[in-house]
Amino acid sequence: MSKVLLEVDKLQAWYDQSHILQGVSISVTEGTVLSVLGRNGAGKTTLLNSIMAVLKKRKGRVTYAGKDIQSLQSYQIASLGIAYVPETRGIFPSLSVRENLEIAARAPITSGQREAWSLEKVYKLFPRLEERAENGGGQLSGGEQQMLSIARALMTNPDLLILDEPTEGLAPLVVQEIEAFLTELKQKGLTMLLVEQSLGFATSLADDIVILGKGKIRWAGAPSELAKDPKIQHTWLGV
Amino acid sequence: MFTDPTFLFIQTLNGLQLAMLLFLLSVGLSVIFGLMNFINLAHGTLYMLGAYFGLWVYVNTGSFWVALALAPIGVMVVGMVFYVTLIKRLRTAPPLKQVLVTFGLIFVGLDAVRMSWGNLSKSIPTPDVFSQSVTIFGEIYPSYRLFIIGLGVAVFVILYFVLERTRIGSVIRAGVDDRDMVSCLGINVDLAFFGVFCIGCYLAGLSGAVAGAVFPVEPGMDMSILILTLIVVVVGGLGSLKGAVVGSLMIGMAETFGQVFLPQFASVTIYALMVVVLLVRPGGLFPTRAA
Ligand SMILES: Nc1ncnc2c1ncn2[C@@H]1O[C@H](COP(=O)(O)OP(=O)(O)O)[C@@H](O)[C@H]1O
Ligand SMILES: [Mg+2]
Repeated sequence: MSKVLLEVDKLQAWYDQSHILQGVSISVTEGTVLSVLGRNGAGKTTLLNSIMAVLKKRKGRVTYAGKDIQSLQSYQIASLGIAYVPETRGIFPSLSVRENLEIAARAPITSGQREAWSLEKVYKLFPRLEERAENGGGQLSGGEQQMLSIARALMTNPDLLILDEPTEGLAPLVVQEIEAFLTELKQKGLTMLLVEQSLGFATSLADDIVILGKGKIRWAGAPSELAKDPKIQHTWLGV
Repeated sequence: MFTDPTFLFIQTLNGLQLAMLLFLLSVGLSVIFGLMNFINLAHGTLYMLGAYFGLWVYVNTGSFWVALALAPIGVMVVGMVFYVTLIKRLRTAPPLKQVLVTFGLIFVGLDAVRMSWGNLSKSIPTPDVFSQSVTIFGEIYPSYRLFIIGLGVAVFVILYFVLERTRIGSVIRAGVDDRDMVSCLGINVDLAFFGVFCIGCYLAGLSGAVAGAVFPVEPGMDMSILILTLIVVVVGGLGSLKGAVVGSLMIGMAETFGQVFLPQFASVTIYALMVVVLLVRPGGLFPTRAA
């Protein structure tokens, strides 16, 4: 029996006066990948920031593993086993690549099925990071920053990995590389919430898809159904 | 006499001594600001309290060393009380409110000191170890001032080690870069901030207690040092240890040499220096965030 890991129920969120999320509900089942798609400005980043309590002006209910996390602070939410790779990547320029990774290191919450990540293991996954271990976080290329951001998220040994447009603005070769990593992570059984602007990799990796448009859920279903629905794609994804 | 190397050397030592006091003050102010965008204008008040606490402990125990050990801890406790009662609530407040409240604290501090110790200028006697002056290039120089320089260097070395080589140091540096991201890694940044705030208060108190033996201990000593400290922070760049060190050295030297070489311009030398630095580098010399 697969259980729901993250549940967002009628979430509303604001930036100052502007009402961005207007009642968004999604749920992520353990061991699966949920992709949230939507055009630029649809509210995807806002949704993730609201889940992580980076954005504080919000209403609704967010539960993780059955626990209400709406009133918790970001660090408490993260320490339940959620890792966040934000759109801005959030690399610390004052820290070396190695320090960026070490600062995140934490023991897994759920012992058992998956092997724990360590510095050696993420270096094996991303050899580029080992080469640049003593470089400052500010000296990395866009692709390296993204790898570091994902590797750092793994160092927290999460049960749920949240990624905001991880391949945005990267060279095609790097995109392929990152897509391969994420596919591997899924095969290892890691639960993911993946945000992308359009179809493509997100749909091939996802078990379920929701489309966000202007702060509301416009469509939800399986990737194969979305592929058969050009009207939805056209209206909410602009293809 | 202005080109006499001995004279220049002695003035350099004086400049260094002032720089070290400024460093002890500015490093806390700067890192606290960098970490939480919180402006504590009452930082000079903590320095003054350090001097008065030192004086009080000295009067009651007769020991300079006990005073030097206890005064900073007393100041830290005062800082903790302010943190819990006021600063915690002010953290997310707009800068103007922070400025107003901490500015108000300056007056509270002044009156508290006047009520407890009066208006008269006092001083903490230096211990016997420092009664001997040392002779440097044939000039007599008070050894206590060398002690201040040594203390500043020691604090710098410790802070450098903690910031650059320990996990808590990484958390602080990362927190200055991007607080939200540190939180999203499951780290309690507020706790780190509280720690930094306490250390900042401790160092301000230490600075005051040490200074109480070279400068007069009097109400108002907080304001003159606060202005110098703010200039150090602005010149050095917010949030960095390096900025605090370099800023302190520049301002300490400029203030000391300005008074010797350009006495008629003494009051403007450091401001002129600040203007020049800010024209060239608006974020200060070593800002941790892009200005
Ligand atoms: N910091 C902010 N302040 C005010 N409005 C914002 C802010 N960030 C995003 N918005 C607005 O919120 C809406 C949703 O943005 P966002 O969640 O970033 O969209 P997406 O990630 O889907 O591209 C947009 O209309 C955007 O202009
Ligand atoms: Mg976005």
